[in-house]
Amino acid sequence: MTDSVQTPRTEPVRHRDDRLRRALFRFSQSKLSMIGAAIVAVVLFFAVFGTVLAPFPGHVAGAVDTANQFQAPSAAHLFGTNELGQDVLSLVMAGTTVSVLAGFGVVLIGSVIGTLVGAVAGFVGGWTDEGLMRLTDLTLTIPSLILAMAIAAALGPGFTNMVIAISLSWWPGYARLVRGEVLAAREEVYVTAARAIGASPARILFRHILPNVVSPIIVKMSLDMGFAILTVAGLGFIGIGVRPPTPEWGTLLSLSRANMPGYWWTAMAPGLAMFLAVFGFNLLGDGLRDILDPKARR
Amino acid sequence: MTGPLLSIRDLHLTMTSFDGAAHVLNGIDLTVQRGEIWGLVGESGCGKSLTGLSISRLVPTPPATYRKGEIRFEGRDILKLPLREMQDLRGKRIGMIFQDPTTNLNPAYRVGEQLIDVALAAASHDPSVLGCPPGAGRRERRRAARRLAGEMLERVGIPDAGARLDNYPHEFSGGMRQRVLIAMALIGRPDLLIADEPTTALDVSVQAQILKLLKGTVADHDIGVILITHNLGVVAETCSHVAVMYAGNIVESGPVSNVIESPAHPYTRALMAAIPTKASKRGTLKGLGGTVPNLITPPPGCRFAPRCPLAIPACTAALPGAVDLGADHRAACIRLEALEHV
Amino acid sequence: MSEPILQIENVSKTYAARRALFGRTAEVRALKDVSISVQKGESFGLVGESGSGKTTLTRSILHLETPSAGRILFEGQDLARLSPADLRRLRARVQIVFQDPYASLNPRMSVRDIVTEPMLVHHDILGLSRTQRTDRAAELLSLVGLGPQHLTRYPHEFSGGQRQRICIARALASGPELLLLDEPTSALDVSVQAQVLNLLCELQDRLGLTYFFISHDLAVVRYLCSRVALIYRGELVEEGTTDEIFDTPKSDYARMLIGAMPEVKVRRGATA
Repeated sequence: MTDSVQTPRTEPVRHRDDRLRRALFRFSQSKLSMIGAAIVAVVLFFAVFGTVLAPFPGHVAGAVDTANQFQAPSAAHLFGTNELGQDVLSLVMAGTTVSVLAGFGVVLIGSVIGTLVGAVAGFVGGWTDEGLMRLTDLTLTIPSLILAMAIAAALGPGFTNMVIAISLSWWPGYARLVRGEVLAAREEVYVTAARAIGASPARILFRHILPNVVSPIIVKMSLDMGFAILTVAGLGFIGIGVRPPTPEWGTLLSLSRANMPGYWWTAMAPGLAMFLAVFGFNLLGDGLRDILDPKARR
Repeated sequence: MTGPLLSIRDLHLTMTSFDGAAHVLNGIDLTVQRGEIWGLVGESGCGKSLTGLSISRLVPTPPATYRKGEIRFEGRDILKLPLREMQDLRGKRIGMIFQDPTTNLNPAYRVGEQLIDVALAAASHDPSVLGCPPGAGRRERRRAARRLAGEMLERVGIPDAGARLDNYPHEFSGGMRQRVLIAMALIGRPDLLIADEPTTALDVSVQAQILKLLKGTVADHDIGVILITHNLGVVAETCSHVAVMYAGNIVESGPVSNVIESPAHPYTRALMAAIPTKASKRGTLKGLGGTVPNLITPPPGCRFAPRCPLAIPACTAALPGAVDLGADHRAACIRLEALEHV
Repeated sequence: MSEPILQIENVSKTYAARRALFGRTAEVRALKDVSISVQKGESFGLVGESGSGKTTLTRSILHLETPSAGRILFEGQDLARLSPADLRRLRARVQIVFQDPYASLNPRMSVRDIVTEPMLVHHDILGLSRTQRTDRAAELLSLVGLGPQHLTRYPHEFSGGQRQRICIARALASGPELLLLDEPTSALDVSVQAQVLNLLCELQDRLGLTYFFISHDLAVVRYLCSRVALIYRGELVEEGTTDEIFDTPKSDYARMLIGAMPEVKVRRGATA
């Protein structure tokens, strides 16, 4: 071999996790993202262990203690008790599970449907694109809460139906995002290269295009988590969502409405929980966008 | 003649990132007189563009820090100027042209509008640019600016310039856009023009025209030009002087005829040997193995030593100083004598 | 030797371009009656500036685009008449290396996945098992001057020249006979360009490949190619051996291009 074919080996050997370390470094540079991540970690912790760690597990299961109704916040009951004498803190802690699970379910189902619709529309193009995008527009024209209410009313109340109902009004955002990203990725040179190799359309879509549009989807999912939790709570508030005694933030807030303003603490804990969760997921989403969005990269 | 138009002395620039501090400019010395076109050549990542950007002080600090050195423009140290005065220098006294003509024009405005804006801004510092009387009204000044914009477009060889002022950037081809940018850079009558790869994205025929235009401008207005390029052919045909950069150092500099005809530094020789010419037989081109070193932990001594065919142990001892070869031709290498015999 | 591998016969391509806001479509003729014949084992250079139709022609050869008129024959077979299955088989034998090594590798795939992909796609022809594919990928990498240690790395870890070598390895993976080289060195530094050009020469000698080299850089074409065609605004302007074109150009366009070529016309300092 001539000297021309020698490998330039002077470059330092870099490792695969290099990218991850860089990403973490960039993420940790932003204080707000770190705060967001911390809040989200706390919320997720309570989503998993909230029911177990609740100081009054009996109240979570539905036990009432009318002798102690409407106790103001104290050492025994940090956020006081409600009209049934139940510990508000315990209910809110246990409610995290339902709220976060429902929010996650909504975002997951919504993003899967939306990604499929958007990817097919963007990749196939032509009339398929027209048809799918008009359907998306149509769904977008109906206010999502009203659509979810209508679907929930048709399906009947309950956790699963509520998640499905919100998901069905949630996907158009993802469909539009993914369609745009797929349209851009389709023009990448490496996609042309794959076509020149003779790769099948399915292979091009799933191996070359979709992996490169995952980042914005993840960012949107994270940003959406907060709003999904709010929507879930909204349905609970109207009374279409989870029924008591299963604790859920929206339902808790709805019930405490009657106790305002005298027994303000019954509303404060669920409200604060919702605020923190939405705030945390939004900060985390912003931070993720900074490190995952290719346009923000150097 | 008073001092030089631009003089860079021992300039050191450090860039701090996640990986550490990279010494991207490591003692740059460069003097540009009026009427000279300096070619700045080297592989990508050698600090050519950073040198150009430093002169306009467009390198963001942080992450960059200037550890040492000075950049004197007509005797004033640019690195110490207040931002306000620096902004006056940019565009007005120091013009810049970048590689990609598509991203440097605002697509939402007509080309004429953009040129007029620049002309009016330049006139606010030097009213003579527009050539109207001191007390001229806004209308009059605007009319004069438009006339000047048309003249500039004509000068850079855009046919039917007056009518083209009302076109949007997308209505121009790549070569035409680059001419518009050159017109924009020249409209404020700069004394120093920094052109960073102005023709790299263009076809050879257009490139030849633009380089000719650049040479003509220097001859007509007695300005100084720094032409950043990776193409030694462009340097040979356009420039009066050349500085070869490697890993943050100028390894060889001097008048083009001297440097190109008798390159002294092994790096310059390697770059020239890599260019396919009429005489090169198929498969015999001399590539240069290896890559530009990592500047966070640069190799000790001469930064080119790891890739240099003539390196000896002494090369890694210290950064070699520039050796004067006569007629302003300098090379930073301790193996120059060995080279004579190769 | 004088057997044509690729014949482009009177190929034209017109696009409908929308001019004004309302209707009034005008046609853009990207290619006008272009005929080229490439012989087996030679390096054929196609020179043209931007907008000359080079890219349209390349895409037509790859059958990513269908000509409006004329035929493209690969070893005597008309591309337009091939069944989808035959066309897919043909893709294994005609491969391409693109200009921009930064854009032409999928950033989410490892070098192993990139280089083995053509073998996976053409599994029916090549019939390589998973381990055989990895072995072959390692072999290809050493052929282009990289090594098996690079298999598990990702494109962002490589320099431009190294990426272009990966692209060449990928192009060679399906065992092609014809390689389209679409300005493979114009995004690289001269020092790296020289290495890649030498690699291409060496690979051609070793594997008996045919090159269809597309470029706007006359110096590179002169170095690598034995025959050259000049294309200007979709039309073939001049065609001949490299020496003919460079020493005795017949068309004004060829003379203008050669005149505009920036050259270092000096004696060479000897280098190691």
